[in-house]
Amino acid sequence: MAERLLEVNDLKVRFATEDGIVQAVSGISFELERGKVLGIVGESGSGKSVTAMTLMGLTRGVNAAFEGEVLYKGTDLLEVSDRDMQEYRGNELGMIFQDPMTSLNPVYRIGEQIVEAIQAHERVDKRTARARTIELLRQVGIPNPDTRVDNFPHEFSGGMRQRAMIAMALSCNPSILIADEPTTALDVTIQAQIVELVSRLKDDFNSAVIFITHDLGVIADIADEIIVMYAGRVVERGSKRDVFYDPQMPYTWGLLGSIPRLDRPRPERLHTIEGSPPSLINLPDGCKFRPRCPHAFEKCKAEPGLENRVETPGHFDRCWLDVEFKRSHRDETISGGSAEAA
Amino acid sequence: MGAYIIRRIFGMLLVLVAVSLIVYLIFIVIPGGDPAQRIAGRTATPANIASIRHKLGLDKHGFTGFFIQWFSLVKQLFTAKLVSYANQTNVVSQIKQGLPATFSLSIGAGIIWMGFGVLVGTISAVKAGRISDRLITAFALIGISLPVAWLGLILRYFLAGERGSPSWFPDGGYVPLTSNPWQWFYHLLLPWFTLAVLFIGFYGRVLRSNILDTINEDFVRTAKAKGLTSRRILVKHVLRASLIPIVTLFGLDFASVLGGGAIITESVYNLHGVGWYAAQSIQSEDLPPLMGVTLYGAMFIVVFTLIVDLAYAYLDPRIRLS
Repeated sequence: MAERLLEVNDLKVRFATEDGIVQAVSGISFELERGKVLGIVGESGSGKSVTAMTLMGLTRGVNAAFEGEVLYKGTDLLEVSDRDMQEYRGNELGMIFQDPMTSLNPVYRIGEQIVEAIQAHERVDKRTARARTIELLRQVGIPNPDTRVDNFPHEFSGGMRQRAMIAMALSCNPSILIADEPTTALDVTIQAQIVELVSRLKDDFNSAVIFITHDLGVIADIADEIIVMYAGRVVERGSKRDVFYDPQMPYTWGLLGSIPRLDRPRPERLHTIEGSPPSLINLPDGCKFRPRCPHAFEKCKAEPGLENRVETPGHFDRCWLDVEFKRSHRDETISGGSAEAA
Repeated sequence: MGAYIIRRIFGMLLVLVAVSLIVYLIFIVIPGGDPAQRIAGRTATPANIASIRHKLGLDKHGFTGFFIQWFSLVKQLFTAKLVSYANQTNVVSQIKQGLPATFSLSIGAGIIWMGFGVLVGTISAVKAGRISDRLITAFALIGISLPVAWLGLILRYFLAGERGSPSWFPDGGYVPLTSNPWQWFYHLLLPWFTLAVLFIGFYGRVLRSNILDTINEDFVRTAKAKGLTSRRILVKHVLRASLIPIVTLFGLDFASVLGGGAIITESVYNLHGVGWYAAQSIQSEDLPPLMGVTLYGAMFIVVFTLIVDLAYAYLDPRIRLS
């Protein structure tokens, strides 16, 4: 069995704001082994970014409260002091962000920013760090890295900047790479390249990846396990195969239905999930997806637990609906009703 | 870059011409603005005035005569031949005499206000919302609100031996650096402080809000995610970005003080600098010194504007000069 790098147990994150307590994450658990890719999917405000930032200790602050455990190689990162957390950031866990335009400091050269990351964790002189930076830029596919290293971020295209961010995140060879919507701000063609790059570098660097996205299509190729989040909760969790071919949660159907696909009859319009995610300050009773769910019924007034309701072990969901009912009705949502039409 | 600077210098000359023309026109328009009358003095006879008028060429050319006089004023200024109407002293040499006091005051005060402004702004941003931030904010607002003349007089009154108060500081005056460095420093302490207080408060407030904006930037989060220490994040990433607007402010404020803008401070502390000279000339409504002082000040402003723009392009590589 591969080495278990990360074990998150019932993590809860709350923020105190002027409007009230925001329950951003209310109980997420997962494990991550070396070499694996975990996809976390959900809409804006579902708690996926907060989860990722909490793993890095980036949500710490006077207004934040945490519960549960984040065990990295056996150490609970929630208990680690701010000072010691610096050693984990960048060195053990690397992170790339959504917008490569603003995530790099505009006034420093690309190379300087990567050298800085290397020197934060290793005692190497500038020249060695620079040589390694050039090699990293080569590995992430930046042409002429020995001259590009001295460019400023604004001299790079969006895709190149995200490549540079990846090079920076991997510069200290972290065991886990957390990618928070790394493709959202990029063109579709570039998206595919970045996903492919992350997947390849994961093997080169022998690390694990947590890939956060709102677009299931993006992680269709690379994720081993997928967690679907809604309103700070895990609403479905399973292998890529489970989530794509036997989705149990109507919310997941909606996400799947909103991906344009070439391998199915084309619906008139792509599916959209009606309504918007609930306020995290004032959550609805029972199943949090109930107000938007087309199949909601009486039982949904009580919140379902995250349980294994199907034959496959390791596939969990939070839905009261009968499994057979779901299997016969989900295609309406996923392929926009074309199943009947066909 | 070279072409840019040449173009800017050309523009600067135009600004100076416009400034000199405006100063001259204001002077003609205000009551008692007739230069002949001023030169002739209070006890002048009409014949006296007429002869000066004739000498200046104001009688024959009518309206254009004023432009001829303006041009000759500027020409005399740039050939260092311009003399005061009131006491016939050479304007350029008077300004030169004022330079040591003005430069000493400006440079010292500039260092103090920039240093303390950055310190105060950074502390209150880092401690935002806490007691120390609120205290600093209160003091900064008081500092901004204190009129310089009032502050200067109060400090003299309580600290410089006026009316039996302890004479911890000398009561005004300027001692050249070359004749006694300690006395130079000692005499300038109160003026430096007086001039700096306003700027410290203002710079502190601006920097505080810049830092609080920058802290939420994505690149600061990236710096954190790299595992940098919080001190390094603050100095290298947050302060660096937050200081760019401060540099602009400082360039222009420093230029105006160097250019004789500290009129009140120089007058209150009896520092015979360029600002003091300007104040004297305003009182005697003396056109040539005012023309000289204004152009001297305008020159600093335009030169420092260029320097600020160049510094801006250096500090923020995204900015292209064109």
